[in-house]
Amino acid sequence: MKRFEYARAGSPSDAVRRFRPGTMYLGGGTNLVDLMRLGVAEPDLLVDVSRLPLDVIEPVGDRLRVGAAVRNTDLAADPLVRTHYPMLARAVLAGASGQVRNMATVAGNLLQRTRCAYFQDVSRPCNKRRPGSGCPAIEGDHGNLAVLGASGACVATHPSDMAVALAALDAEVHVTGPGGDRIIPMPGLHRLPGEEPERDTVLEPGDLITAVELPASPPGASAYRKVRERASFAFALVSIAASLDVGSDGVVSDCRIALGSVAHVPWRAERAERLLIGGPATGAAFLEAAEAELDQARPLPRNAYKLPLARNLIVATLEELAP
Amino acid sequence: MNRVEGRVKVTGLATYAAEYPVEAVAYAYPVQSLVAKGRIAGVHDAAAREMPGVLAVLSCEDPPRLAEDADAELALFQSRDVAYRGQIVAAVVAGTYENARAAAAAVRVEYDPDDHDVALRSGHPGFYRPDVVNPDYPADTVKGDVEAGLDVAAASVDVTYSTPVLHNNPMEPHAALAVWDPEGRLLVYDSTQGTSPDRDTIARTLGLPREDVRVVSRHVGGGFGSKGSTRPHAVLAALAARAAGRPVKVALTRHQMFDVTGYRTPTIQRLRLGADAGGRLTAVEHVAYEQSSTLIEFAEQTATPARVMYATPALRTAHRLVRLDVATPSWMRAPGECPGMYALESAMDELACALGMDPVELRVVNDADAEPEGGLPFSSRNLVMCLREGARRFGWRHRDPEPGVRREGEWLVGTGVAASTYPARRRPASAFAFVRDGDYVIQVAAADIGTGARTALVRIAADALGVPPGQVHVELGDSDLPEAPVAGGSMGTASWGSAVVRACEELKRGDGKEGRADTTGEVGNDARLARHAFGAQFAEVRVSSVTGEIRVPRLLGVFAAGRIVDPELARSQFIGGMTMGLGMALMEETLTDEEFGGFLRRDLAQYHVPACADVPHVEAVWLDEQDGELNPMGSKGIGEIGIVGTAAAIGNAVHHATGHRLRDLPMTPVKILSRF
Repeated sequence: MKRFEYARAGSPSDAVRRFRPGTMYLGGGTNLVDLMRLGVAEPDLLVDVSRLPLDVIEPVGDRLRVGAAVRNTDLAADPLVRTHYPMLARAVLAGASGQVRNMATVAGNLLQRTRCAYFQDVSRPCNKRRPGSGCPAIEGDHGNLAVLGASGACVATHPSDMAVALAALDAEVHVTGPGGDRIIPMPGLHRLPGEEPERDTVLEPGDLITAVELPASPPGASAYRKVRERASFAFALVSIAASLDVGSDGVVSDCRIALGSVAHVPWRAERAERLLIGGPATGAAFLEAAEAELDQARPLPRNAYKLPLARNLIVATLEELAP
Repeated sequence: MNRVEGRVKVTGLATYAAEYPVEAVAYAYPVQSLVAKGRIAGVHDAAAREMPGVLAVLSCEDPPRLAEDADAELALFQSRDVAYRGQIVAAVVAGTYENARAAAAAVRVEYDPDDHDVALRSGHPGFYRPDVVNPDYPADTVKGDVEAGLDVAAASVDVTYSTPVLHNNPMEPHAALAVWDPEGRLLVYDSTQGTSPDRDTIARTLGLPREDVRVVSRHVGGGFGSKGSTRPHAVLAALAARAAGRPVKVALTRHQMFDVTGYRTPTIQRLRLGADAGGRLTAVEHVAYEQSSTLIEFAEQTATPARVMYATPALRTAHRLVRLDVATPSWMRAPGECPGMYALESAMDELACALGMDPVELRVVNDADAEPEGGLPFSSRNLVMCLREGARRFGWRHRDPEPGVRREGEWLVGTGVAASTYPARRRPASAFAFVRDGDYVIQVAAADIGTGARTALVRIAADALGVPPGQVHVELGDSDLPEAPVAGGSMGTASWGSAVVRACEELKRGDGKEGRADTTGEVGNDARLARHAFGAQFAEVRVSSVTGEIRVPRLLGVFAAGRIVDPELARSQFIGGMTMGLGMALMEETLTDEEFGGFLRRDLAQYHVPACADVPHVEAVWLDEQDGELNPMGSKGIGEIGIVGTAAAIGNAVHHATGHRLRDLPMTPVKILSRF
């Protein structure tokens, strides 16, 4: 582990002011500290933002503002979240373990790195960790890596459950940074790997997430479902956050579908949603929409199972949500 | 009776190997090979030596002296040849762990790499027949005519199964603290399953008389075989302490444990079984293909359970090994029986299906009154009672044998059964019993690796002395105590307990103050009998037709393991083994990296072992089995039999639920989905 300095920020603007190249912000540390032990992350300076007064969940009109430092456990237990955004509570509880959720923050959850085995092993090449060194996963262990939106440089997936629900909920990410404050709509925070897999998100150096804001909850019923071979404390093979609203005429009036563990980003299934809205809420329509979405997939030999899995999951989840 | 050391463990007062406080301690951190095969051209350590706190760098450039016949996995820095990726090729000693680790990262090892071959595959040209398989069984056996038996069979199966690389993953990482005294004597606090054999191996490796070495291991956080033989970290600690002139700690990381503390060989197993119309076996053939390293021939005894399980006129078992550029496989809970019974008991289920026969009944009609290979009579064998009792408790008679027809929503439901077996052996041990302050003290160099051995030995001694357990104190985990064998092969309690009973008897017979025992003669005179524990495991599974997820709402094990010394400890051992068997069935798998060599998924986030949510209802019960041919306690070992058969019972239940037979462990959603 490389030597580093540690500083505690007094305010968000103080954190940004302390930022210089080689700085990383420290939230719950559940991912960053592991990566530092592994030599994957080698910051010169850690600016601790976990104690900033960003740990509040508060209604803002018909919206809900969730501070960046809110712990995952507190987010999942919040009565407003449980009442109005049950999909989000379920997604958070599907992730990690009780102990990890007690530490992990909202912003840290969004910014966690891929669990690709090569990324986490400094003795092996990885374009995300060492740009230009190659991607052994494409020929090697890619069993749980991306089938959608991957590139020849990187097939990593984003591992978060929470981010999948936030993508389905059209959440907004509030950011402050050297260039001032801005708002990034989900799922636009994360980016596809392209030729720059070392960049997970659209954040610029020094940007600090201060809050996540949720618009009014989508109409209709919602669900979060996560598939994994171990019943808890495992990353998803595929996960889905979905909501569905069907009018009395049997026509779909609103539909949100986001998939986890299929891409470098929480994958909003916009193509499927467009096909479904205004159409019938039938199993055949769900299947057609799922297949249209997954037409874009480019699976590798050992992750091709994700296509039938994602298709089954979309159809079964929507059927469950349909009245 | 509560676990003797329960309080110190839950309050954090129990001291493990890496935790002993020692003045002026330093730390060693290994440098591991980045190639799977080749030769070390040079170790460039000048930069590392300049780094803060660095005391020494060890490597083949200036090799420390070790015994010439040292075990090849322990002969650190003696050769420039690299046998596998992850092998320890150098080490840095520094005043702090962090400085040692940072400097180790700065050591540059230059290799002349060769092409490597790391993958076990069927048809590998390198397969050969080893002389013996572990520990000393013949590699091959033949009785009768298998081909003729298959020819006359009313039904037969010819099926091939495979199991992956599995890692033991005890909670406590391997660690050692080595302290040399001015007279050149060595004290090692090690995390080991046996201080006496560990002491012997360390002494032999370093070329020291064994009187000059002492190993202390009072608490061990699990081993499952990975601490059953001396590992390189202990030798490294001793060498580093000598080089630095200070006590040295070595604590392996989880990643390093995957590389240098052993694993279960992957296997490919072909089973051919035939039976007549009544289900009686006409032929059994079990051929196992497995791997070892180029350093050491480690031949897992995978096909040996077929020599024990079922009566048959024709039986052939064989083992074939290939030497690859991999670390040496080693002991993992029920070596041999665990992978072998997965294949044999899956094939028995396939045979039952082919015959249209109930799988419990198929096993019952093939019960044996003597070992099918060799013909030794059993000291006791209650497999049929285990099957019957398990079937009764599980509600087996209501089972519809038709596969793939029970559905609850998206979930397909099925049940399966498999048998368990494990040898019941004992080894010579010695013990000393004496009176101190009116209480009784028992000394034996046994190991408590989390099993509760201390507590079991207190009970055994209290029984033998006829005093309350509160008056008995057991001292173990120290090679200066009376010599004892390893906690392994399910022989610990039987071996140590025999010596403890004899020492207590000696105490009572003599002056009432002290008694000593050495069971070498007694064990050597044990009658020639087949001694095995048996069991039957039943599993209920639910398989999602949407996701391919497999859940196991119910596991039941019924065991016949002689007299049970302590019911609570026994239950923990049984359900622990069954839980580990569930892991083997559904999730545990280490990937071999064919491109770079070594292993992938070397941490507990990627190598999944069952979580509590995976085992909602695991039940273990046992028969009241009387066997006077075992040892003074009448007990059979229970540490390993629980893992034997679980994976087959679950796989058989998956077939019953889905109609699909998965013959390649682990049975993951990926493999299920490919069948739907």
